[in-house]
This record gives sequence, C-alpha cells and structure tokens, in this order.
Amino acid sequence: MQPTDLVDLENLRDDIPDFKAGDTVAVHVSVKEGDKERVQVFQGVVIKRQGDGIRETFTVRKLSFGVGVERTFPVHTPSVVKIEKLIVGDVRRAKLYYLRDRIGKAAKVKEKRV
Amino acid sequence: MRKKAIVGRKIGMTQVWDENQRVVPVTVLKIEPIRVVQIKTPLKEGYSALQVTVGFKRKSNLNSPELGHFDKANVEPGRELLELRLDDVSDFNVGDELKSDIVEKGEKVNVTSVSRGKGFAGGMKRHNFKGQGASHGNHKKHRAPGSIGACATPSRVFKGTKMAGRMGGEKVTTLNLEVVSSDADKSVILVKGAVPGPKGGLVVLRNAVAS
Repeated sequence: MQPTDLVDLENLRDDIPDFKAGDTVAVHVSVKEGDKERVQVFQGVVIKRQGDGIRETFTVRKLSFGVGVERTFPVHTPSVVKIEKLIVGDVRRAKLYYLRDRIGKAAKVKEKRV
Repeated sequence: MRKKAIVGRKIGMTQVWDENQRVVPVTVLKIEPIRVVQIKTPLKEGYSALQVTVGFKRKSNLNSPELGHFDKANVEPGRELLELRLDDVSDFNVGDELKSDIVEKGEKVNVTSVSRGKGFAGGMKRHNFKGQGASHGNHKKHRAPGSIGACATPSRVFKGTKMAGRMGGEKVTTLNLEVVSSDADKSVILVKGAVPGPKGGLVVLRNAVAS
C-alpha cells in the first residue's frame, strides 16, 4: 500500500496476463501516425520485469533481420492493446541478460514442460 | 494578479498517462478541509487576505486565545492557521470552504513550500561548485570550494561570498507547474513535476502570474 495509491489504483490494468522473464509474448502496441492509429505486434522473449506498481516495466527481446532488438514497455500503459502469452519459458534467472551474448541455438529459451 | 490560492499536503510522486498515452510525472497533493477563519481587508488590516485553517484539531489541544479566535469565527478548529494573500476577497465569507476545484486541469500554478532541510552542506551541494580534480596530485581537497578572495587588497572576504553552510529548510516557490488533474470528490490535485518539501509537507498553490 503506497500513499499515492489513491491516484494509481484507477490507472492499474487488470487485463494483463501473468508472465515472467523467459516467456515468449506478443505485445500488441497501438501506434499513432498522424491522425491514423494502427496496431503493431512486437513478439519476443521477456528478458526482465522491473519496478513495482504503476511504474513496473518489462523488456522484450527479439531478433529482427539478424539484429537483436529490445523494447521496454510499462506494464500498465494504455498504449498496449493486449499482451499474448505464447510460450512459458524454463529459466533459472529473473534477468536474462545472458541472451544478449548468445547467438543461434544457444540464445533459445527452453520451453517449460509441465 | 493574485486571483486564487489553495493549501494542500504533499502525498508523494507517481505517474499518470496523458491523452497521447505518454507518461507524465506528477506530484499528488491532498486537499484537506479548508475553512476561512478571518477575512483581512485593506480598510481594516491594510491588505487583503484570507486567513484559513487546514485539517482538524481537538478543542482540548487549543489554548484560550486560539479557542476564542475560532469561536468568534464559528469555525471548527484546524491544525494549521495561515494566510492566503489575494487581490480580491469580496467573494468570500467567514466559514466558507475552499475546494480543490478552484484550479482546473491545464492551468498553470506556482507552488510554495518549505524545502527539505539538508543540514550543513558544502559548496558543491549548496552552490553547485565544481569542486577540484580527482587526481593530478590532489590531496584531501576534492570537494573544497577553492579560493574565496584576493590577497592584501581587500584583505578581507566580501560579504555574501558563497560558502558552505545551512542548506534547505527555507521557503521555495516553483513557478508555472501544470495542473494535470483536479478531483473535487477525492480532493486531490495532481501537479506536473516535482514540488519542494517532504511528503506530508504543507504546500500552497497560487495561480501563475506569468501566463
């Protein structure tokens, strides 16, 4: 419980799926171009979740034409239309920075088997 | 022009999203119940102002002059008693309540508060001095202010020379902060950016003069 909750609570989103580092997600972001608005999908592996409450952010990493691209989103931002959780990853760390140093098959995250 | 003023209490900082879905850093100000206790007019006191009280205080905690002052106005006693200087006080009556909807979204305000006390601070923190080199043979003088004057003329240090000393704990006004939202039901005002003083500190909002 924070003193600023009286402002934050109405901005918190409850439609965000439960995901953590290692999961593969597709983030649907609304992009404004002039007066038009369209939805862009950014799909990749979550390499970290950081912060708390309204300030919490997560970073998604993907390979785009052989170049690693990372994008950080606030969890509760209204510009994210939806987050799809595609694969649950099997990882032993909260922050997967080691993926940055790896290429090819070594940069893959194992899928969690239940 | 001193058109309007209101008192709040700083709750803390957080962030909200604007209509372009961008993050806006805001300070949350809680408006506690504010009652007008006395109206000062140019005829009687020589200047115009509202004397207001903020919050509530038990009558048993008041001394008799205070009690008499509140009883005369027939206003419930509050924790704070302060003056808001305004150009025109003719619209107000004793006992009126000030509400947070006095300011609107998008309006610019000046915010006055007592800054956090920093104690005895050195020149680097207090006056943004540069300090001295980390290396090149420097010995125990990394944060020292350097020279404070000349030699035999004037053979003294000028008054007002910037040096180390008490910092903070003084009245600071931040100008032209934007009101992000003003909620009368929750009695909360959100102001864009930082506001001087600690959480729980008393904050006076005034309409911005330059606009």
